[in-house]
Amino acid sequence: MTTQQATFINIGERTNVAGSAKFKRLIAEEQYDEALSVALQQVENGANIIDINMDDAMLDSEKAMVRFLNLIAAEPDIARVPVMIDSSKWSVIEAGLQCVQGKAVVNSISLKEGKEQFVEQAKKIKRYGAAVVVMAFDEDGQADTKERKVEICKRSYDVLVNEVGFPPEDIIFDPNIFAVATGIEEHNNYAVDFIEATRIIREQCPHCHISGGLSNVSFSFRGNNPVREAMHSVFLYHAVQAGMDMGIVNPAQLEVYDEIPSELRERVEDVILNKRPDATDRLLEIADEYKNKGGSKAATIDLSWREKPIAERLSFALVKGIDQFIEEDTEEARQQFDQPIEVIEGPLMDGMNVVGDLFGAGKMFLPQVVKSARVMKKAVAYLMPFIEEGKEAGSESAGKVLMATVKGDVHDIGKNIVGVVLQCNNFEVIDLGVMVPTQDILEAANQNNVDIIGLSGLITPSLEEMVNVAKEMKRLDMNIPLLVGGATTSKVHTAVKIDPNYEHPTIHVLDASRAVGVCSNLLSSNKRAAYEAEIAADYEKVRQARAKKQNKGNKITLEEARKAKQPIDWEGFDPVKPSFLGTKTFDDYPLEELVDRIDWTPFFRTWELAGNYPKILDDEVVGETATSLFKDAQDMLKEIIADKWLSAKAVIGFWRANSTDDDSIRLFKDEDGREDLAAFHMVRQQIPKADGRYDNCLADYIAPSGEDYMGGFAVTTGHGIETKLAEFEAAHDDYRSIMLKALADRLAEAFAEHMHERVRKEFWGYAKDENLDNLSLIKEQYQGIRPAPGYPACPEHSEKVTLFKILDAQKQAGIELTDSFAMTPTAAVSGFYFAHPEAKYFGVGRVEKDQAEDYARRKGISLNEAEKLLSPVLGYDPQ
Amino acid sequence: MSTREDRLAYLEAESKKRIIILDGAMGTMIQRYNLTEEDYRGERFADWPQDVKGNNDLLSLTKPEVIKEIHKEYLEAGADILGTNTFSSTTIAQADYAMEDLAYEMNVESARIAREVADEMTAITPDRPRLVAGAMGPTNRTCSISPDVNDPGYRNVSFDELRIAYKSAAKGLLEGGSDILIVETIFDTLNAKAALFAIEELFDEQGWSVPIMISGTLTDASGRTLSGQTAEAFWNSVRHVKPFSVGLNCALGADLMRPHIAALSNVAEVRVSTYPNAGLPNEMGGYDETPEEMSESLKEWAESGLINIVGGCCGTTPAHIKDIADSVAHVKPREIPKLDVKMRLSGLESFNVTS
Repeated sequence: MTTQQATFINIGERTNVAGSAKFKRLIAEEQYDEALSVALQQVENGANIIDINMDDAMLDSEKAMVRFLNLIAAEPDIARVPVMIDSSKWSVIEAGLQCVQGKAVVNSISLKEGKEQFVEQAKKIKRYGAAVVVMAFDEDGQADTKERKVEICKRSYDVLVNEVGFPPEDIIFDPNIFAVATGIEEHNNYAVDFIEATRIIREQCPHCHISGGLSNVSFSFRGNNPVREAMHSVFLYHAVQAGMDMGIVNPAQLEVYDEIPSELRERVEDVILNKRPDATDRLLEIADEYKNKGGSKAATIDLSWREKPIAERLSFALVKGIDQFIEEDTEEARQQFDQPIEVIEGPLMDGMNVVGDLFGAGKMFLPQVVKSARVMKKAVAYLMPFIEEGKEAGSESAGKVLMATVKGDVHDIGKNIVGVVLQCNNFEVIDLGVMVPTQDILEAANQNNVDIIGLSGLITPSLEEMVNVAKEMKRLDMNIPLLVGGATTSKVHTAVKIDPNYEHPTIHVLDASRAVGVCSNLLSSNKRAAYEAEIAADYEKVRQARAKKQNKGNKITLEEARKAKQPIDWEGFDPVKPSFLGTKTFDDYPLEELVDRIDWTPFFRTWELAGNYPKILDDEVVGETATSLFKDAQDMLKEIIADKWLSAKAVIGFWRANSTDDDSIRLFKDEDGREDLAAFHMVRQQIPKADGRYDNCLADYIAPSGEDYMGGFAVTTGHGIETKLAEFEAAHDDYRSIMLKALADRLAEAFAEHMHERVRKEFWGYAKDENLDNLSLIKEQYQGIRPAPGYPACPEHSEKVTLFKILDAQKQAGIELTDSFAMTPTAAVSGFYFAHPEAKYFGVGRVEKDQAEDYARRKGISLNEAEKLLSPVLGYDPQ
Repeated sequence: MSTREDRLAYLEAESKKRIIILDGAMGTMIQRYNLTEEDYRGERFADWPQDVKGNNDLLSLTKPEVIKEIHKEYLEAGADILGTNTFSSTTIAQADYAMEDLAYEMNVESARIAREVADEMTAITPDRPRLVAGAMGPTNRTCSISPDVNDPGYRNVSFDELRIAYKSAAKGLLEGGSDILIVETIFDTLNAKAALFAIEELFDEQGWSVPIMISGTLTDASGRTLSGQTAEAFWNSVRHVKPFSVGLNCALGADLMRPHIAALSNVAEVRVSTYPNAGLPNEMGGYDETPEEMSESLKEWAESGLINIVGGCCGTTPAHIKDIADSVAHVKPREIPKLDVKMRLSGLESFNVTS
């Protein structure tokens, strides 16, 4: 009876040393923890059964099988599914059978060595209580035709059922999937043979199952995954209808049948079903078009621009960001000019000017500009050797800008974008990178005789560092303009805190699109004076407005603020005890689980495209750019996951906790709250509040006495990023470099969100029944919060030191803190967990002197120190 | 005198008509005798180099009259099947007392004693022959759990060591006259699989076989064995031997065991047995559930069609068995369900594939 199966049993294939180089290496190096995570990942990705194979000449296969199965037995999340013990050696199979308490599947036995051995092994398997995969193989060899497959399987079935007494439902036939489209005519019908044989075997051998290793069928298209995936999908579509109900499959590498582009599907179908003699050729014809396209067909590329004159071609390539032909075009141009430098000064700069104009006019957007810059860089890199050979003088640039992320800070996406934009506009950019000490910045500025210094920083302590740079520039009597930019910088801070320390222009640059205008104005002999005066007047106004606001009576004392704290009924509060106290580490967390959690809106903001995802994709102005950017992001995301560019680590922890009456939180080593572990010092809003509103502080969400808990976390998705970034840098590919950093950041945020959900539902478990969609999650419609030190609710970064210490985050998650408490890798998020239903996010706003003094006392530091740490939120001028 | 074939044919037929009664706890009854170290040693082991008090299986050799008396009381209370006093009679478990060399003898003797008492009773009521089930306990080692928390891959016993120990035990139990073999109190299914493997190997070698009963133990209310399996996963792991019955015993009282028996009852296409404890242990280590309470619960199970075979484990006494036997005497046994043919695999959880 042929039964159409609604379900298809996926057999995980990654724990196979023959099929996975990574798994083989892990086993050979006895990195069993990692090897277990491969198994876990498969189960989590939906494998119904995991195939375990240790057949390798370099391994003691028996020992490795036993060891691995014994370790799996101790991992309930893996051991919940049955195992398939896969070996060509009987001794390995038997050793494996002696390690599994569940009902396993043996893979495989066959009539290859004759009936006697087959019967003997089948009897043993039955006695061990396992099911069995039987290969269509006999004394004469492996079955290739339909007739041989059917004949061998039927014979095997009769022997097993009638002579051995093997339960027919525990027999799985593997009638051999072989490669098609190999160019050898005899192979063309292999898939049809399998499918047809499957149908007959299911009819003639009641209750049996049919399985196979799917990847074989597409073997001749190695390196072209989209075509391979399409072949797998088409093959399965037909084989499942014929009765194939199990398979060794990587579900991640399976295109949905209906989503295969129709042209590709038709040609693949012709190959799989052997419908026409030229099927292979016809598939080969189009195969390359799909390569690297992730399964979807590339739009037909219009190459008519290739026929235009060379200068126009270069311009076109720059504007469109096409780097495919840039080297040959640059070479052609070089031969037409007397000097190679003229190519840069002539057609390339002309092209970049068009890009700059379009960008300035808002007709091109940042992602496109970065792509253009990539083309430019490649052209220039191609010309450099010729230029050096001719020892010519450098071209006249619009000006030299030195850029650096300040000491203690590691964030550089924004800085790199500004650098690219400036380069596109003919500025020479000297980029010192990240964590650059003041001294190095100023030395490099002098040595290179730069025209402008640009500083970047993302975290609040970097603001203080920028003030330092300004002071040093004054001390050294420098006179070049100082630009500052980055997420926490602002016009107000620049005007109030930085500008007064340096007599020459100190200017805040809001985003990359403004950078060119600012630099051009500052370096223009006729515009500079007016521009400087305009800025000076503007900043003076900002300072006055600020002073006015500060002197307004809208502040209250710390004591008053504490009285205005939110009243929480602790008597009626029943805290949920987390599932564990102390910490828990996650190594090599599967990135694919985080993808759904990505909040894309900030991603577009990074690229200076304004609008909310997904609406932005249809935006009238930036929609097209956003869509194209989004597609590139999706493609890279696939690569990040498939090729493991990044690895994710995390550590979380929960502790017994109580709040103090001076806004700190005591954590305890023990469950009963006897021995102190550490303390977090929080700051409180000091704002006059109307009735029914409160002066909030995070400590308010922890019970002052009795049982209560607090959590902490540090997650990162940035491990491994450096290798790829170096690769992109070598290829002059800022676009991919910025893209990767932006994606890593999004993944880290997604990881923090995902982990928070698991904490709520599982690890802390106070919201086990929560069931929210992604939008509700982004809108934070859940109980509990995860505020991060350095952000509005707890604006003081140095609390991270305590957090990292008790989490042992450096060791457990590989995240380090810089002098300014920035995390490296940069794609990292850390923070606290509060579970109380009243807990919500808020901004502390301004801190007055009484609170700064109290904070200094609690932390055991000087007032001066405390004021430095709190400087971004200080509501008064220290000293 | 009836033969094994007669008795088994009777059991087969009778089990379709009524619920079959197992005996109750052996250990609980032995405690009542307040035996001393000397009693355990007897003359034969007077000079044994280590203490042997608590080695209940040894009493079959040194105090056989006690064991006989207990067996007799259970038969009088209404038990159809006696379990032999061999819970720890494997070379592996007896190693604790350095008595591994005596394990085989304990199996033969214990079976012989039970046989003797059963036959005496059968002689009195020939229309109701009594049977002996050779009991094979879990041993004190686990084949799929590491005893070393720092090395989860470590094992202190192998499948083969268990297989050899169990095979010798099974051979002794049959030699002593057991009608049935019961693999019981299974908290690690892999241990049980080794026992079942050994039994089938023995059957093959001797050319004849007896019915096998299988009884697992769910260690807490979560409904998992100590080794982590659900009741159905456990059944999928052992059903290949086509046992006479499968069931649960020990660890839980009737209340907590019910849902798991119900689960097993749904998926087992063989008889279902149960012999719970007399409740959970109290703070003194005793068991509080009275015969009335326990029989009331079990009667309800029987009436709900969950069970075919019933008895008692830790804390139960002949009084419990009598009440249980009386309470289910007129209740129809569970009807054995016919299930769809499926490939029934398992890890810690079951995974069934439609055929």
